Amino acid sequence: MSDIASRGYSNPDVLVSTDWVADNLDNPGIRIVESNEDQLLYPAGHIPGAVQVDWAADLNDQLRRDYLNREGFEALMSRSGIGPDTTVIFYGDRNNWWACYAYWVFQLFGHSNAKVMDGGRQKWEQEGRDLVREVPTYDATDYSAPERNDAPVRAFREDVLAHLEAGGQLVDVRSPQEYSGERLHMPDFPNEGALRGGHIPTAKSIPWARAANPEDGTFKTAAELQEIYLNEQGLSPDGDTIAYCRIGERSSHTWFVLTHLLGFGNVRNYDGSWTEWGNLVNVPIEK
Amino acid sequence: MTHEGIPRPLADLLDEFSFLERGERVDYLIEYADQFEAVPERVATRPFPEERRVKRCESQAYVWAEDTDEGAQKYWFAVENPQGISAMSFCAILDDTISGASLDEVLRIPGDVVFDIYGREVSMGKGEGLLGILTSVQAFAREAAARQDG
Repeated sequence: MSDIASRGYSNPDVLVSTDWVADNLDNPGIRIVESNEDQLLYPAGHIPGAVQVDWAADLNDQLRRDYLNREGFEALMSRSGIGPDTTVIFYGDRNNWWACYAYWVFQLFGHSNAKVMDGGRQKWEQEGRDLVREVPTYDATDYSAPERNDAPVRAFREDVLAHLEAGGQLVDVRSPQEYSGERLHMPDFPNEGALRGGHIPTAKSIPWARAANPEDGTFKTAAELQEIYLNEQGLSPDGDTIAYCRIGERSSHTWFVLTHLLGFGNVRNYDGSWTEWGNLVNVPIEK
Repeated sequence: MTHEGIPRPLADLLDEFSFLERGERVDYLIEYADQFEAVPERVATRPFPEERRVKRCESQAYVWAEDTDEGAQKYWFAVENPQGISAMSFCAILDDTISGASLDEVLRIPGDVVFDIYGREVSMGKGEGLLGILTSVQAFAREAAARQDG
């Protein structure tokens, strides 16, 4: 894959390469954070010195359907040895899907000093680099976070309705089968069901993983991404955009791509996503 | 929850898991993943046939079954995605606890075992794939049971 700086991204600084990470394992100014879908991956082997942030146990509120609050975030930062000036390097499985999700949640607390390792676990493993099972411990930091500020990057259902009325851009990043309403959820699954199938009217169907190269999990170049999001689907970087999926994790990957790689001015992630919209009474749905 | 009628070794494992803390459960599952042995060449060689592939499992899992002399089956697995640790651990558990069990018992295993083993917090995508592995095993058991009845 080409050098990150040469790929034409609007904000190339938001990515680092596996080479860079390998050269910076002992850099005290960074903290490497692994975030995965598969909860067994980190304990089975991770980049030396990396800590784990688990989307379910660490980032979600354990009672309400919401993210952790300021105190929770401060505690997470403190025990991960992350200070306000620490550069956090996220990586994970599945084309950095959950790494982008964690990155996005960190933005709710304004920790913008963060980057994603291009290619994630897949590329690191393919390159035969070290993975260790030893879980590091770091001195607790004193981290003072601001109150969580959802408005810039997170959309709630009222926001989506207003956005829809205003003719804003919507991106549905689920599979084509979920978009068409053919597939709702697995019958045995209690947690992520929806009563109605389909998509939010006017949403473009752009499955999230189209932004990544399947062979090594890296992001496609800006030109390739523009071809998909702008030329093929007609989105404009100048228009307000809301992305959604089923519970808001896949769409945080697309949020990352649109915001940082393509320079869209105003992108929000609707984490209520289809598990909320498909269960709401009397909201518009298209099939 | 009772696990009546399912293979005894699996019921025992589920009982044991119900007492484990999350961290202990993870360690246990990784041990299983470490023990995972892919299908031997005697049974199948790459490229594996598409019809053996578990649908909706993103870890590229494959399942085979061989009839045993006792009217049961031995199950074989492959997991082609090196990051498919959960899939590897589940395949190792199934081989360890249900290979050789009666077909009736295998068919009585509820999909809920995925949650009993991996926790309710398993993501839907991951859970679907794991459930798909069990469903594939049960499809073999159902076919074998039909052959025996016929």
